[in-house]
Amino acid sequence: MDDHDIGLMAHLMRRAGFGAQYDEIAERAAKGYEATVEELLNPTEESHGMTLDLWERSFLEWNHFIRCVPEYVAWRMINSRNQLEEKMVLFWHGILCTADSKTQSYVTSQAELDMLRRNGMGNFRDLLIEISKDPAMIYFLDNCLSHKGNINENYGRELLELFSMGVGKDGQFNYTEDDVKECSRAFTGWTIANNIPGQPYGRYPSQFVYNPADHDEGDKTFLGETGNFDGEDVIDIICKQPATARFLSRHIYNFFVADEAQVPSWMETPPRDMDTVKMLEDEYFRSGYDIKSMLRLLFHSEAFREARFSRIKGPIETVIGTIRLVGDWDTPRPGFEVIFDEMKHMGQEILNPPSVEGWHTGKEWIDGGTLVRRINFIADYVGDLTQPGIQDMVRKLQAEGSTITPVGLVDGCLRLLGCYELEAETRRMLITHAEKSGDLPTTNREFAGQVAQMLQMIVATKEYLYA
Amino acid sequence: MTTNKKDPVLVILQMTGAYDALNTFVPYGDPHYQDYRDVLRLSAEDVHAVDDYVGFNPGMGPMKELYDQGKVAVIQGIGYPNPIRSHFRSLDIWHTAEPDKMVTDGWLGKAIRDLDPNKENILTAVNFGRGLPRALAAPGVSVASVGDLASYGVLTGIDGEEQRMDALDIFGRMYSPMIGSGPVNDYLSQTGLDALKGADILKTAPDIYSSSIEYGGSPFAQWLKNIAQVHTAGFGTRVLYTGVNPGTFDTHANQHITLPRLWNDVTTAIGDFYQDIKEHNANEEVVMVVFTEFGRRVKENGSGTDHGSGGVAFIIGDAVKGGLYGEYPSLEPDKLDEGDLRWNNDFRGTYATLLEDWMGLDAQPILNGSFEKFDFIK
Repeated sequence: MDDHDIGLMAHLMRRAGFGAQYDEIAERAAKGYEATVEELLNPTEESHGMTLDLWERSFLEWNHFIRCVPEYVAWRMINSRNQLEEKMVLFWHGILCTADSKTQSYVTSQAELDMLRRNGMGNFRDLLIEISKDPAMIYFLDNCLSHKGNINENYGRELLELFSMGVGKDGQFNYTEDDVKECSRAFTGWTIANNIPGQPYGRYPSQFVYNPADHDEGDKTFLGETGNFDGEDVIDIICKQPATARFLSRHIYNFFVADEAQVPSWMETPPRDMDTVKMLEDEYFRSGYDIKSMLRLLFHSEAFREARFSRIKGPIETVIGTIRLVGDWDTPRPGFEVIFDEMKHMGQEILNPPSVEGWHTGKEWIDGGTLVRRINFIADYVGDLTQPGIQDMVRKLQAEGSTITPVGLVDGCLRLLGCYELEAETRRMLITHAEKSGDLPTTNREFAGQVAQMLQMIVATKEYLYA
Repeated sequence: MTTNKKDPVLVILQMTGAYDALNTFVPYGDPHYQDYRDVLRLSAEDVHAVDDYVGFNPGMGPMKELYDQGKVAVIQGIGYPNPIRSHFRSLDIWHTAEPDKMVTDGWLGKAIRDLDPNKENILTAVNFGRGLPRALAAPGVSVASVGDLASYGVLTGIDGEEQRMDALDIFGRMYSPMIGSGPVNDYLSQTGLDALKGADILKTAPDIYSSSIEYGGSPFAQWLKNIAQVHTAGFGTRVLYTGVNPGTFDTHANQHITLPRLWNDVTTAIGDFYQDIKEHNANEEVVMVVFTEFGRRVKENGSGTDHGSGGVAFIIGDAVKGGLYGEYPSLEPDKLDEGDLRWNNDFRGTYATLLEDWMGLDAQPILNGSFEKFDFIK
């Protein structure tokens, strides 16, 4: 096992998860890349850390009828052994968006997030059917207000525009306004019982209900096909479209490989890596819309393996990744709200995307306020010598010898942070800085503090904004 | 537009939690009011009466003083189409000035872009609080967001002053644009340098500031003090934003105790702030806006009030023509909107007045439409 294997594994764990500590990376690298990919793709039943039910008992004032659902999801991202499973919840939540600001029913949102977890690596057709029957979504996009003879187009439109096909591809529109109307007609009668959020019903899970009396049984012409379609028929037609393959592939590329253009510009802006997107499109059709097959192919591709540090980390990745790195919050205790708030203040709050379009990504995560927030959050954590993950880094550097050179300190810290790479100029600046103190005795009392300070300077770099 | 020599400044004070319009600006002379509010009722002896119909909440003495000096415009019946009773969504609507769909750009973010199109001043807008309100967010607009002015900065967690100075020096060099690093890295570099420079400038404000005013200890009062410090430091800041923590005014219970106390804290801080900037001869160029996300139910729930609609906002400053604007929504049972006050003026009319008649901007592109303005700016 060489540094390259470790670096590659650190990369895989940052992308297909929320990062990992050095020992886990080394352990996984020893087991092998392919074995780790398979483990990530095939989550086991009982390794997610702690169930919501058990977790809630640690917070007497919390329960998922009133609050704590987004906090629980964050906690699970930190502690789940099934890292890709949780990462896919974030992936889909950013595409098939609902916001608690409208739905106001945590118990219904909780059911939705569980559904995304169950279907996140399954078949895309199944996922579209599930999201179309998802009570939070039906309420969020008003499908419960869409009636035979009096349609509400909100869901029908977003299903096409934001959940499956996108407005257009290669400069051409993917569907017409008539398609939106016909699509909406097919989903009439797909509604919910226990309307949300009105109290007291908001405290009970809302259920999907099919109301045949309110379903439009007339013929519909959708994307050139005519028949008495219902929602499932429309989803079948959507799944067959090359536009759907393209849309899903670009999302996967943007989330796992490298920052893409923002979604609204996809009609006019071609993918940044057409070969990889084409590869994913082909796999989409070959596998019969199987998301897991697409991911497996992607993780083994050159494009993915060589795409280190080409995505700017999102706030959730930043906060969760930092906590996993330092080893905090492996058991519940009071005060988790503060952690949750950090993601919000950096611009990404679970269950509160800024719009149905989800979060804009890449450089749009960064502005003056969020940058300062992000750097200070990470720097405060890696500078905290009480954190087990930081203590472990210090011990590992001490184990390398009784003294450490400036180059050894900088490179050692970079390695332990997950094989980070800096621009030559940045690395030189940090080495020059370390040279002021010369070779450091690793047994001195100040050594831990000196390591912490180097870590703080590394996490403040531009390079560390990326994953 | 006034003929102020100094550039006009807008101070936005967000009263999160949805204050109860009815017990904030109280129609104590309305017989229906007494009916709806059995426990929470305020009478002529309780309120700071404006006339024989309405008066300010008992906790709003300092606001009433400013009102008596003709410096407060009360916008009665302010609201937006199809009221929503979710705190978050409703705040979003106030922030984005877009009631019909969810959008990402804030109205002030767009205003800041117009105020400083060439990004000449990194401190054109400063927010005080945790996290940037969506009102201030717009692509390419950099807003400094400060939790506490005294400790604001990059890498504040580095132990030792000398070590921290060293680290900041390296930070500045690391974020210097490198040739050929591409537009994204150039943007990150610029943002990092702006943040560093902004923090450098901002942290000088407390040192050059001195005042006879003693602000209260609440975060809101301290943030107003920070606003006074930044404003009087002359950094050219045009938009300053702060507020109270989420849920502060969400008085579902025990409202008769909490609401006067909250208003007393808030309006005392506002009164102190006004005196402070006056002491610095920096009052004439400031207009303050006090708003909340929605109103509350007309009928009390026994000890508090639940989410409703129809609100009241306050515009405060020397440049303001004091008085009552909009109509007080009728309390006749059949004039209520599902048990809520019926709003009668779109909040974007108030925004348009502030943007055009105070800040001297074109409101139409910022608000995506034309809205009937008030004449509360002198």
